[in-house]
Amino acid sequence: MSWLIALHAIVLREALRFTRQRGRFIAALVRPLVWLIVFAAGFRAALGLSITPPYETYITYDIYIVPGLCGMIVLFNGMQSSLSLVYDREMGSMRLLLTSPLPRWWLLVCRLIASTVISALQVYTFLGIAAVYGITFPPLGYVAVLPALLIAGLMLGALGLALSSTISQLENFAGVMNFVIFPMFFLSSALYPLWKMAESSELLHDICAVNPFTHAVEMIRFALYAQANLPALGWTLLAGVILLALALWGYDPARGLLRRKG
Amino acid sequence: MTGLSVHDLRFNYGPKQALDGVSFDIAPGAFCALLGPNGAGKSTLMALLTRLFTTRHGTIRVAGHDLARDPRLALARIGVVFQQTTLDLDLSVYRNLSYFAALHGISGREAHTRIMEALDRLGMAERAHETARDLNGGHRRRAEIARCLIHRPSVLLLDEPTVGLDAAARRTITDHVHDLARDTGLTVLWATHLSDEVRDTDRLIVLHQGRVLADGLAGPLRGPHPLADYFLSLTGAPA
Repeated sequence: MSWLIALHAIVLREALRFTRQRGRFIAALVRPLVWLIVFAAGFRAALGLSITPPYETYITYDIYIVPGLCGMIVLFNGMQSSLSLVYDREMGSMRLLLTSPLPRWWLLVCRLIASTVISALQVYTFLGIAAVYGITFPPLGYVAVLPALLIAGLMLGALGLALSSTISQLENFAGVMNFVIFPMFFLSSALYPLWKMAESSELLHDICAVNPFTHAVEMIRFALYAQANLPALGWTLLAGVILLALALWGYDPARGLLRRKG
Repeated sequence: MTGLSVHDLRFNYGPKQALDGVSFDIAPGAFCALLGPNGAGKSTLMALLTRLFTTRHGTIRVAGHDLARDPRLALARIGVVFQQTTLDLDLSVYRNLSYFAALHGISGREAHTRIMEALDRLGMAERAHETARDLNGGHRRRAEIARCLIHRPSVLLLDEPTVGLDAAARRTITDHVHDLARDTGLTVLWATHLSDEVRDTDRLIVLHQGRVLADGLAGPLRGPHPLADYFLSLTGAPA
C-alpha cells in the first residue's frame, strides 16, 4: 500500500511540475508539429512510400511520420526527465527521494512511470492536433497505442536515468543531445522506412535495425493501427530491462554516485 | 538501546581519507552538536548516515536497526534536513509536506493530521498554503524541519541547517530543535561549524580531518574558555 501511495505522490508531483512549466508543454508540441507540417510537406512530393505493413495502401509521407513523431515526443521527454534528475540532484530533492524507506529501485521506477505518464499526455495532445490536420487512425488504434507508449516511455526513461547517473553537470546535457538523442532519432525508422535506408547504405540500415528506438517507433506505429508487432515489442522490452538494470546499478549507493557531488 | 550509534566508521574519496575511525553513541533525547570546520567530514558523515553513500568499514545503528543490514527499517527512523534546501519551491508548504508523507507511505487524513501537527510545532501552521518560494530562508528551514517530523522519527539529522540565515532566524531554529529533543525524546545530531549554536548542556563532538578530537558535554569540555577558543586550540582552525 505504501508503495502505491508513493507512486501516486511522485506522479502527481511530476504532473504538477509539468503543468506549471507551460513553455515546456508548448515546446514539446511545437517540435513534432514543425516536423509534421513543414518537414513532411516538403518531403511529401520527394518521397513515395511503397506499401509495407501495417499499411494496406499507398500512404503519404506525413501519415508515415506521425508514429515516429510520437516516438520523438517520448524520446525527448525521457531525456528531459533525465535532465530534471540532474537538476533535482543538484537541488537536493533527489536526495529526499533516495532517503525514503521504500526500496530504491521502486522509487526510481516511480520516477520513470511519472515521466512516462507525462509523455503519453503529450502524445495524445499531438495526435489530437494531427487529427484536426487530417491525419487519423482507426479508433481502436488510439486505445492500443497507450500500452505501446508506456513501454516505449519506460525504456527511453530508463535510458535517461542510466545517463543521468553518469552525468554530474547540467552542461553535459548538450552532449547527450548531440551524441544520444539526435543519432537515436535519425538512425531509426521514425523519419524513413528501413528499406529506404538500406537503398543508400547497408551499414546505416543495420545500425537502424539494432537501435532500440526503431523498435519503439515500430511498436507505436503498429499499435496505432491496432496491430501487434511482437518482435518490436520484444526488443523494446529487452532494451528496457537492460537499461533499467544499468540505471539501478548507476544509483547503487555502494557505487557512491553522489560521492563525486560531495 | 541508543538513539544513534556509530562505530569505527571509515570512508575515503580515492586516496583522500574523509572519515577515519569515527565512533560515538548518542542517547535518546540528547542534542548532540557535531562541530567541525569546513572539510572536516561532516557532510560525508551525514551522507553515510542517510545511506546516500555506503561503506564497508564500520557500522551505523539507528534506533537499534543496523543501517547496512536493515536499511529500510533504519531509514524509516531517520528525519533529515540537508544543507541545501530540498523543498520544491514552486509547491506550497503543505504540498511539499504531503509529498514527503507519501514517500513514507502516509496519506489521507492521517497525513493531514501529522502535517498540521508538525507545522504547528514549528510555528508554521498559518503558512501551510504559502508557496515555498515566497518564504524567507528561516521559514523555509522551519518547513523542512517540520517535514522531517511527519513520520515520527527517532533520530533527527541536520547538516548545517542555519547556513545563510540571519542571527534571529538562527536562534529561533536552534531553540526549536533543542525544544524538540527535550520534549519529544528525539535524538538530534546537529552538524555545524558555528560554535555559538552549541549550548553548555549539549553533547559536543569535535570532528577534524575525519577524526573525533573531543567528545563530551560542551560546558566541561570548554572549561573557562569560550567554545570558539577551545575549538581553535584543539584544531588550529577557527569555528
